[in-house]
Amino acid sequence: MIISKRKRTKKKYTIIIPTYNERLNIGLVIYLVFKYLQDIDFEVIIVDDGSPDGTQDIIKQLQNVYGDDRILLQARPKKLGLGTAYYHGLKHASGDFIIIMDADLSHHPKYLPSFIRKQMETGASIVTGTRYVRNGGVHGWNLMRKLTSRGANVLAQTLLWPGVSDLTGSFRLYERTAFEDVVSSCVSKGYVFQMEMIVRASRKGYHIEEVPITFVDRVYGSSKLGGSEIVEYLKGLFYLLFTT
Amino acid sequence: MLLKRGNSLKVIVVLTMKHILKIMTLVVVVVGLWISLLQTSVVPRSYTWLLPVYLIISLGCYGLLMVRIGLILFPTCLHEAVLLQKDIVEAKEFLTGVFPTPCPSFNYQ
Repeated sequence: MIISKRKRTKKKYTIIIPTYNERLNIGLVIYLVFKYLQDIDFEVIIVDDGSPDGTQDIIKQLQNVYGDDRILLQARPKKLGLGTAYYHGLKHASGDFIIIMDADLSHHPKYLPSFIRKQMETGASIVTGTRYVRNGGVHGWNLMRKLTSRGANVLAQTLLWPGVSDLTGSFRLYERTAFEDVVSSCVSKGYVFQMEMIVRASRKGYHIEEVPITFVDRVYGSSKLGGSEIVEYLKGLFYLLFTT
Repeated sequence: MLLKRGNSLKVIVVLTMKHILKIMTLVVVVVGLWISLLQTSVVPRSYTWLLPVYLIISLGCYGLLMVRIGLILFPTCLHEAVLLQKDIVEAKEFLTGVFPTPCPSFNYQ
């Protein structure tokens, strides 16, 4: 679909990518972002939490290739959490819209134009990617993971009535003002943070739209989902039930 | 000042309890219906007493059914994994070409 030149030059997009030990993936993600957003005014802010594997060295080399005005590195001394990483990126963002995505190639940058297009068509404040609808999907999940995901989703839908089909996804586009408003009121950590963002946005009455995305489980590196995350998820669910 | 603080606290509590209030309202309505059924004896009392248990079991079964249906209909995308691998190959070719010299930290598997 052609995005008109007037709209294109008017809006700028900031893509915030938190990283920790993503040396193997970050270069691939950046290449694909630039490939699929050729006609869009954007910047990428990479918030790295002191990765010991040399992720920041890779990012500096990418800055030499693409320009340090297009790729901004915001380094932090250690792991300080996802929510604070987004907030840290936001402080240095110059875009009208904020896009958040993961660095492990589970979120394919080819969907970025569909987020932008959906926002332009509907005027939504938030566009969230969903894996659970037609034309979306996942690959690389075993039965236990699918079961956990579905169970968690049914529980969250029953208790929270969130108005979106994918609560824990972290591939989203926000209007800058909406992002500032919602992120400042979230206190959760980890995956629960994503849930809290979308639930609080829904409670605050923001117009939320969904686009189907596919989620291919991480190509390189180790997945950060474990048993403790499930316990944290349940705690977070009940926290949201009583505070939103 | 204490009064203002107390009022502010009340407002905060009301605003932060919105969703749970909706759920509690629903529970109160259901309990009210149950009590009225008990009092009017439209349904035999022996069955009416067990209605909350039946409701909880039904909700549980509904939840399990939704999970089961969700699992059966879980969208998968094997073709996307193949496309992603092609993109990765393309990206690696480009990046290997533009980085001036290979360095130990830049060594994709």
